[in-house]
Amino acid sequence: MLRFILTRVSLVIPTFIGITLLAFFLIRLVPGDPIETMAGERGIDPARHELLRKEFGFDKPVLTQYGIYISRVLQGDLGKSIVTRESVISEFSALFPATIELALCAIFLALAIGLPAGILAAVKRNSIFDHGVMGLSLTGYSMPIFWWGLLLILLFSVQLGITPVSGRIAVQYYIEPVTGFLTIDSLLAGDFGAFKSALSHLVLPAIVLGTVPLAVIARMTRSAMLEVLGEDYIRTARAKGMAPLRVIALHALRNALIPVVTVIGLQVGVLFTGAILTETIFSWPGVGKWLIEAISRRDYPVLQGGTLLIGVVVMSVNLLVDLLYGLINPRIRHAR
Amino acid sequence: MKIRHFAAAAAVALALQAGAVAAQTLVVCSEASPDFLNPQFSSQNTAYDVAAQIYDRLVATERGGSQIIPSLAESWTISEDGLTYTFKLRSGVKWHANKAFTPTRGLTADDVVFSFQRMFDENHPYHKVGSTNYQFFNEIVRPSLKAVEKVDDQTVRLILSRPYAPLLSALSVEPMSILSAEYGNAMLKANTPEQVNQAPIGTGPFSLLAYQKDATIRFRAVPDHWTKAAGNPDRMALVNDLIFVITPDASVRFAKVKSGECQIARYPNPGDLPAMRADPNLTMLSGSIADQSFLAFNQQKKPFDDKRVREALVYATNIPAIIDAVYQGTGKQTAAIVPPSLWSHHEGLKPRPYDPEKAKALLAEAGLPNGFKTTLWAIPVVRAYMPNGRRAAELIQADWAKIGVQAEIQSFEWGEYLKRGRAGDHEVGMFGYTWDYPDPSQILLSGWHCDGVKTGANRARWCNKEFSDLLTKANTITDQGERTKMFLRMQEIFQEDVGGLLFANAQAFTPVRKDVKDYKIHFFGGQPFTGVSLAK
Repeated sequence: MLRFILTRVSLVIPTFIGITLLAFFLIRLVPGDPIETMAGERGIDPARHELLRKEFGFDKPVLTQYGIYISRVLQGDLGKSIVTRESVISEFSALFPATIELALCAIFLALAIGLPAGILAAVKRNSIFDHGVMGLSLTGYSMPIFWWGLLLILLFSVQLGITPVSGRIAVQYYIEPVTGFLTIDSLLAGDFGAFKSALSHLVLPAIVLGTVPLAVIARMTRSAMLEVLGEDYIRTARAKGMAPLRVIALHALRNALIPVVTVIGLQVGVLFTGAILTETIFSWPGVGKWLIEAISRRDYPVLQGGTLLIGVVVMSVNLLVDLLYGLINPRIRHAR
Repeated sequence: MKIRHFAAAAAVALALQAGAVAAQTLVVCSEASPDFLNPQFSSQNTAYDVAAQIYDRLVATERGGSQIIPSLAESWTISEDGLTYTFKLRSGVKWHANKAFTPTRGLTADDVVFSFQRMFDENHPYHKVGSTNYQFFNEIVRPSLKAVEKVDDQTVRLILSRPYAPLLSALSVEPMSILSAEYGNAMLKANTPEQVNQAPIGTGPFSLLAYQKDATIRFRAVPDHWTKAAGNPDRMALVNDLIFVITPDASVRFAKVKSGECQIARYPNPGDLPAMRADPNLTMLSGSIADQSFLAFNQQKKPFDDKRVREALVYATNIPAIIDAVYQGTGKQTAAIVPPSLWSHHEGLKPRPYDPEKAKALLAEAGLPNGFKTTLWAIPVVRAYMPNGRRAAELIQADWAKIGVQAEIQSFEWGEYLKRGRAGDHEVGMFGYTWDYPDPSQILLSGWHCDGVKTGANRARWCNKEFSDLLTKANTITDQGERTKMFLRMQEIFQEDVGGLLFANAQAFTPVRKDVKDYKIHFFGGQPFTGVSLAK
């Protein structure tokens, strides 16, 4: 098991270097001068422009800039935003809990609905339920997030008035941050009204963000279950007279879960991508919206740091998924 | 969640939760987080909007208008040579407090000197705290400023190196806010100078309670603000609490004001305006933005150095059609480079009508009877002065094709667009400006003066000596009557010499809920929320 863990962890290092390279060079390939963008229409005096280029280190050759960047990253310094002049790590850590809270709710929703729907669709193959689940998941998968979010806002918030339009909590609540998770912090503060408000603000963004992972999980669960349900050992288990529920839960599902867990791991990346749009629609103060603004402002340190930190999170989750395989399927653990 | 804590935040939380002041809380859906809480570093409206509540300046612009009125300076005198401005400060002006600082005195001349010197003097202990990019000060004030002197506790003097008539107007904008010297010294002693930028202490009508990046900015009205003693209800906070709910998407801002989650939604989508007008719970406020939206014919490139060609292209462009399609009918066609929201706007100038036949004749006269090929740059971002650059460019392309001018539409990423425009890479480019302070000279000087040809700020590279000389002179005299005459003449010169093709003066719209009283759209600097109340 230790060898298995070490092999997986060693793969993280080249991936990490790859992310720093991509984050650093891709944004520089995009046309646009951060100082010119910052100055806007009014423009900036050429001498002052040069002064700022020096201050931000943009006057050095790109490879030198990369070297400086990497040496700082290794010391835990991701630099300062060129727009707000605040440390990238402090901005990220302030906004990240909001994204995590939303992403966790979205993935919980996707699992809570996607897994049972996929299992049932496989068990009742070719039934109306199966066709319904597959049709809906295809629709969910294909729906543009922006359109879907606005549609839900118009229906549930504007027309029916049962959910808030956007934000994390109603403006009348002010909750001192402890963990950064408003649902937890409101409970810690003993304010049940604030907790309810935070929860109600999570509903629509979690649905929007969870829709694509839900569709993917439902479809993947169905196809994995169908494959497993056709195996000899399932037939044997049934022939032995085992209860159908026990056959599905104990024999079929455990084996079918391996590809599903892989997909769940991959969906973490999808969640962060989706968070960028979802957070913009729902004015959710997380890292997605922060990165979008950084792109439009060409805020290189924020983009580099933010991409790197999100990359580390996605890598960690996928590493965890790899390790989970070992628990679910001992054959992987013992493979050489 | 990033939260900056300020004094009384917990008390506010309790009060808000109790709902006791709910009726006196004004909730505004704003569009983005400020880049800085210290407006000295910023050139963004989002920062100006925050600073407009927290800080005061020596002078102010009347709410919703363009006249300069007293603020922290209750009066001022200008020496005859226009080089010395002496400001008499208002007495009894109190500073806000926070957890780390309780003021022991009110506003004095030391605060004004501190606020200017930290931007002006590179050796000042605060000069490099936070940023060194004092963009507005460096571009607008520094070039003519020689010294800032304290005369006595309530009197301060600005000494200029050359007469600069727009100075008073420039001093009304948020980057020229007055900060507390006592707070600065206290934070320096505590070795936390960055607190001056991050936890602002001002003399404004609202104090800052809490800022949650990308979520909310909470303000509380200052109970004994100097505006009450001065008897100026227009500049008094009439609600107890003010909350900016940061909502970047315009459609969501509309949904929030519709559902009552906000009382004011700023910067609506032009496409949502009919639905907003139809909503019985909303009032639609509007006003003319102080802007310029134009096509710059690069006059260093042929054939645009020929006035007849420029004039032909103006006659060939159906601007009313552009206003209908691009501005959704909300802009007003103009021939005056000074917008109607500013003093000295020339009402008598009539735009050239759409007349393709006259355009063809002018082109033939210029030796181009079959037209020519050119490139037309379309602005790549949405701006109030140009809501849809691509659409406008397509309409212009079609219009010009009728007189034989084949225009190829080009566009670039916004930063690149500005950079290339400054370098003069364009033949015909779409550009625009918005005024920050109520002096006609601001945009004329940076955008149309001959000096701007060298720096690239003059995108059209249009250099008219009479225009530039008048503009230079208008900036040295302080008599507004005389200056008005000069600006009127400058607008005529621009029209006669076809400096560029002006599109329209765009209209700003703000939907507010019916219970909001006396909100006025403000066009220069940050939007003040003083004078605004809520119906009981």
